[in-house]
Amino acid sequence: MTTQAEHRMPPATLPADADLLPSAEPIRFLDDDGGPAPGDAHGRYERPAPELLRRAYAAMVLGRRFDAQATALTKQGRLAVYPSSRGQEACQIGAVLALREADWLFPTYRDTMALAARGIDAADALTLLRGSWHCGYDPMATRTAPQCTPLATHAPHAVGVAYAARRRGEDTVALVLIGDGGTSEGDFHEALNFAAVFHAPVVFLVQNNGYAISVPLSRQTAAPSLAHKGAGYGVRGERVDGNDPLAVLAVLTEAVESARAGGGPVLVEAHTYRIEPHTNADDDARYRDHDEVETWKRRDPIARLEAYLRSQGELTDDDVSAAREAAEAYAADVRARLGEEPSGDPADLFAHVYAAPTPQLREQAGWLAEELAR
Amino acid sequence: MTLSIGKALNAALRDAMREDDTVLMFGEDVGALGGVFRVTDGLAAEFGDRCFDTPLAEAGIVGMAVGMAMNGFRPVVEMQFDAFAYPAFEQIASHVAKMRNRTRGAVNLPMVIRVPYAGGIGGVEHHSDSSEAYYAHTPGLKVVTPATVADAYSLLREAIADPDPVVFMEAKKLYWAKDEVSLPVTTAPFGTAEVRREGTDATLVAYGPAVPVALEAAAAAAEDGRSLEVVDLRTLVPFDDSAVAESVRKTGRCVVVAEATGFAGVSAEIAARVQERCFHSLWAPVLRVTGWDVPYPPPVLEKYHLPGVDRVLDTVDRLQWDDVPDPRFLVPEQAT
Repeated sequence: MTTQAEHRMPPATLPADADLLPSAEPIRFLDDDGGPAPGDAHGRYERPAPELLRRAYAAMVLGRRFDAQATALTKQGRLAVYPSSRGQEACQIGAVLALREADWLFPTYRDTMALAARGIDAADALTLLRGSWHCGYDPMATRTAPQCTPLATHAPHAVGVAYAARRRGEDTVALVLIGDGGTSEGDFHEALNFAAVFHAPVVFLVQNNGYAISVPLSRQTAAPSLAHKGAGYGVRGERVDGNDPLAVLAVLTEAVESARAGGGPVLVEAHTYRIEPHTNADDDARYRDHDEVETWKRRDPIARLEAYLRSQGELTDDDVSAAREAAEAYAADVRARLGEEPSGDPADLFAHVYAAPTPQLREQAGWLAEELAR
Repeated sequence: MTLSIGKALNAALRDAMREDDTVLMFGEDVGALGGVFRVTDGLAAEFGDRCFDTPLAEAGIVGMAVGMAMNGFRPVVEMQFDAFAYPAFEQIASHVAKMRNRTRGAVNLPMVIRVPYAGGIGGVEHHSDSSEAYYAHTPGLKVVTPATVADAYSLLREAIADPDPVVFMEAKKLYWAKDEVSLPVTTAPFGTAEVRREGTDATLVAYGPAVPVALEAAAAAAEDGRSLEVVDLRTLVPFDDSAVAESVRKTGRCVVVAEATGFAGVSAEIAARVQERCFHSLWAPVLRVTGWDVPYPPPVLEKYHLPGVDRVLDTVDRLQWDDVPDPRFLVPEQAT
């Protein structure tokens, strides 16, 4: 009991201001072409092991193909909507690879790629975006919360899950995915504050992709960086080149393990870019230049990782072909399984509102059944 | 023993925490202080950090409770005052109420959101709202509001044990209301209204802070030879249609008494349901006595706002006893 109580309390010595602030520049190991970044841009972080990077590469290739397939399915009317994360593969895959199976992931609607990487069946992961009301997978079994649509409102949930685990003396970590727009929401700030006060093992990963639909980052914040927002709450902040898979893996792994070891919450801002429009319904020509998109395409996380791994002799043509073939097979499977029209049992409308339907819901279910029987 | 509602709620929390280690109590000032209404008095002393203070942020409190309920605990959170719960409303409406549905039953949220509500205590602004309609209008929440000492204990125990999230509305002016009760006590379960006073001439349907008003009115009416039945709803969701309809079909007349503003409120829902189910038994339109449709008034004016015995009795008088319609609702040519 005493041990658990000690676990719940913040350390007696609080971190100094400087320890809370992020690095002056985003952490990076690679330059834009996958060569070594100049100087000590990777700071104190350790280069991830080649085997982990090879796994990340295969998962990123698969993730991008999945993302393209989902976008295509939307154009065919098979998905109601799809917010693409193309260009954010290093963050999507890095977040998942930094976690253990028993850790929790709290995704948003733009993180379907991460769900697939987490091992959730792709067809299940797309359930919500297909037009259903439910998330399609079992959050308890997969340790993955339902994709959250109201911005940042899932962040306090991650704090609660992590704090609950810590109270029981478990070493579970929760990682919550947020966008740059989400950092303006009150729940983001309350979650940071609660995580710090209760010393909850939470990693906040902000995928700063430059835009909240059409609104640029300059309209979200006047802070030096989004990672700076941690310091005011006593949360350590870090920023990373979100298109450098080595840096993302290194920073997130350190953050997750630090939280697991009792170091408290960590806020990581990943600088990345949304290559596609917000969703299929968006027209990004109204708010950003084509040149800007092209600039970011040249910092492609998969190309950078591929170039790096090849330069290290860690990736062969055969490996690349194998990754692409696996991705094609995966996409073909998704395509085939989402070809059928989704069906919905009207009785399901009433089935899960409460553990047992109220008399009013039983009555209304009966009325709907009568209406359908006519 | 003689116990107040506030003490009965305190006893319910204590007994639930003694029986189940996963029950936690947290919120603003609930620790050392014991809550501004002392409902959590002594819990921190007995249970240590199972009853704890949080940062002053209601969305964070409810949001963290969601996560803790997802991960093995049964959190009870206090919102301190009705109007202070509004920052948490997005968490409640978008997550607390919907999590089970969004996950097809995979994620349960066994949590209780305690909301001291309603007026009559001379509170300054933002301290006396009747906010029950917001919650009752949100599918996925159960909404409970006890009006007796025994119910305060039993319904809170039931709320904590319930697999669904419960918004537990505690009428502030009733915290000090006392009754003889022997604890632990188990009263009728959620979804059961209780006839608090039997009568034959008309039914007063009330809940929470309006129940004592309705009872007082019924006692006064009896002196004038009119027999009023008083139905205490106890839980707004689930709603006990059958008990309400049974009473109104018997008496043939109905007045809904509620402290909240009437427009689009729970009282309107009750009136609609009674009309739907009891039309052929009614001798008069269903009438309502509610707070006016104004922001909750300051202490100097609240006595004009709160439904009192006189207004209830006046309204009962309008129930077409001599086949004379309520003139307030007639068009001019009908009235002449």
